[in-house]
Amino acid sequence: MTHRITIAGIGAVSSGGWGVEALWWAVTRGLPPTLAETGTLPHPSGDPALARAVRRVPKPDPRPAFLAHPRLRRASPISHFAAAAALEAIGPERLEAIWSGGLRTGIVCSLLNGSVNYSARFHAEVLKDPATASPLLFPETVFNAPASHVAAVLGITAPITTVLGDTAQFFPAVETAVQWLLDGLVDTCLVIGAEEADWLTAEALALLAPRAVLSEGAGALLLEKNGPGPLLAAIYGPHPIQQSGRKGAATALFADIAAAWPAAQGQEPLPEAPGPLLVTDCCGDPKTDAPTKSAATASSWPGLIMHPRTVLGEALGASAALQSVLAVRSLADGGSSHAAAVAVAVGGNMQAAALEVRSGA
Amino acid sequence: MAYRSGDTSPAVPHRVVVTGAGIVTAHGCGWQANADAVREGRVSLKPVTLFDVTRQRVGAAGQVDLPDTMPPHRLPPRTVGRLDRGSHLLLHALHETLKSAGWTEGGMDEKDTLLPVPLCLGTSAGAMTLGEEFHRRTLAQPDRRGGQTTRALFYQTHTQSVMAARAFGITGPVTLLSNACASGANAIGHAFQLLRRGQAPRALAGGYDALCHLVFAGFDSLKALSTTRPRPFDSARDGLALGEGAALLALETLEHATARGARILAEVTGYGASTDLHHLTQPDPEGGAALDSMAQACRMAGTSAEGIDYLNSHGTGTPLNDSAEGRAIQRWAGEHVGHIAVSSTKGGMGHLLGGAGAVEAVISLMALHEDFLPPNVAVDAADAVCTFALVQRPEARALRAVLTNSFGFGGSNATLVFRKPPGFMASTASIPSMAAALMD
Repeated sequence: MTHRITIAGIGAVSSGGWGVEALWWAVTRGLPPTLAETGTLPHPSGDPALARAVRRVPKPDPRPAFLAHPRLRRASPISHFAAAAALEAIGPERLEAIWSGGLRTGIVCSLLNGSVNYSARFHAEVLKDPATASPLLFPETVFNAPASHVAAVLGITAPITTVLGDTAQFFPAVETAVQWLLDGLVDTCLVIGAEEADWLTAEALALLAPRAVLSEGAGALLLEKNGPGPLLAAIYGPHPIQQSGRKGAATALFADIAAAWPAAQGQEPLPEAPGPLLVTDCCGDPKTDAPTKSAATASSWPGLIMHPRTVLGEALGASAALQSVLAVRSLADGGSSHAAAVAVAVGGNMQAAALEVRSGA
Repeated sequence: MAYRSGDTSPAVPHRVVVTGAGIVTAHGCGWQANADAVREGRVSLKPVTLFDVTRQRVGAAGQVDLPDTMPPHRLPPRTVGRLDRGSHLLLHALHETLKSAGWTEGGMDEKDTLLPVPLCLGTSAGAMTLGEEFHRRTLAQPDRRGGQTTRALFYQTHTQSVMAARAFGITGPVTLLSNACASGANAIGHAFQLLRRGQAPRALAGGYDALCHLVFAGFDSLKALSTTRPRPFDSARDGLALGEGAALLALETLEHATARGARILAEVTGYGASTDLHHLTQPDPEGGAALDSMAQACRMAGTSAEGIDYLNSHGTGTPLNDSAEGRAIQRWAGEHVGHIAVSSTKGGMGHLLGGAGAVEAVISLMALHEDFLPPNVAVDAADAVCTFALVQRPEARALRAVLTNSFGFGGSNATLVFRKPPGFMASTASIPSMAAALMD
């Protein structure tokens, strides 16, 4: 069986707004004026000195109708973001096909942190008095709650799974979806990366990457076999972060990518197309960014380089998904569209990985 | 293992076998301790001492007595001191798995021996105890950061699996699944599929979870914990007991295992997964998605209810789960239902959440390998849904194939099917070699 996976749809919710176009606009032209300034997350004590910076997803206006779904009424923001990105990626026609039973669609949801708002709230109640902790909060704390809610909203009964990992985990998650398609388990598969912000996460990020600003949101790709959309050309890695550290994993990853370029295979690159766009994971924290920057520089990247996390903020498990959505979106940007784009991420301590997409034409 | 457009995959899937296993539960540390306990239907629940339960409705669980010493590993002492309880459980089970599979050719103590195999794990709570501590300290002393950076790093669930890989020189890709109580079974299914496709010749897979206050209080808040004693499939059952532990399998393609002359415990023949949309925490009363999961696994295994001799049920002991699973078993087995031996082993060790699917896979392998039916403890009067043969007493029985179910919050359902290994002569002939592999 020959592998040819294509991208049938993309969806996004980010600090740039709700939808892929809001994301694209924010990254290519800057955040809208109302969002350009970083907000703050207050410490539970109310002490203003302990507030943490954040770039939040703006409230949707008007409020989308799907948020009234019974499963989403009490759900955490992460589930709202995931559902919105999934619905945008699927589109109305395919949604009808899922509901009629004609399209088996799987979900692979990739997270680092998960439903931390509810976990922190529930744990605060446990600390106060475990005998009175709310049974309404606890079910929302499980990692697979967002994927379950999305499945319920979309009416999906095919396999769904939630994978956990560092900020590069989205790319192995795409690989899982690819394998489900190749195995014939599903006709189409959503891959979602989602995250939500809260003070506790911002505090942790301040310790691990002090110059990064926490963000939130979700990105989604809808994959299918042999469709007319952009081609999922390759998934590189994951290169585990082992003895050689993040720098070694980043170097191995970029070597992997360069080896797949036409020139490395004795082929002539397309003369009329600009070099491949590189969508990096650089977030503005020098120590965090160093391995990617160093490896990209050493590779003499032949195309433009984009650093969306420096604009949007660090959305953890959602960031690589948003990078991937941007990579796909860049293939259809009118006259300046790229023929290929690569999204890369070097995670904190688990892996380095990347995804390459090419124009379907 | 990475995907490239234009690559090809094998037309005929590889056969996958189990060549090693490791397990830690409240019954004890290791295959033999658990096989003995499960075979006789022992109950190993005890008062919880890991956190304060005086304000909970329930005070007992399947708490593990961790061995005093760590197995041989490569982590610096400072790193070991930072690991949470779930990681310790995982390291013990992983060590036993590697040893029983004979994958540590150069010796685990040798720093230069690397094991380039994928590691697929499942968990539900992860390192929640570290998250709890991080949260407590940020609330109590927000301006004091001592140790908080380490907690922020080690609380991240994937750090547990990364440390487990480093502890034994495992250099393959790590996959961590979190589908609530189906996580462990999903992880085994994920690794099984990798090997079937030829993406790797061998892999490690399993699940783990440690008891923690947030999850304990969570199940208590839902009134899902038994205030009497957990009695899966009893007509008067009133809930579950939580447990903790870890279990892993060493999986290989049949060609790989045969080529190296490995001892084969069983063949993995089927895996199914489905999604129940009924409710976030409650199953469809008719067990529709559970039925789908079992049917998928059996279809892949090329078998049906008639070919399954023992079914290790999810069987939590909650009124809703057991009746829904019972309905699913009835629908799946049809007229054959009365011949299917079924039991839940959670009454003896508690519900291990993300570890449950892997632990119960190993228990199913024990039953298959040593030819016995694990009894379902504490049943006074079986529920009317038990039209199947509920195993209530220890019983020796020659088994050909076994099926194990795992169902979780969020509607995650998974089923695994194992059968006796190819060319199997007599199971008793293999037991001494298994025991010998685990002795020292």
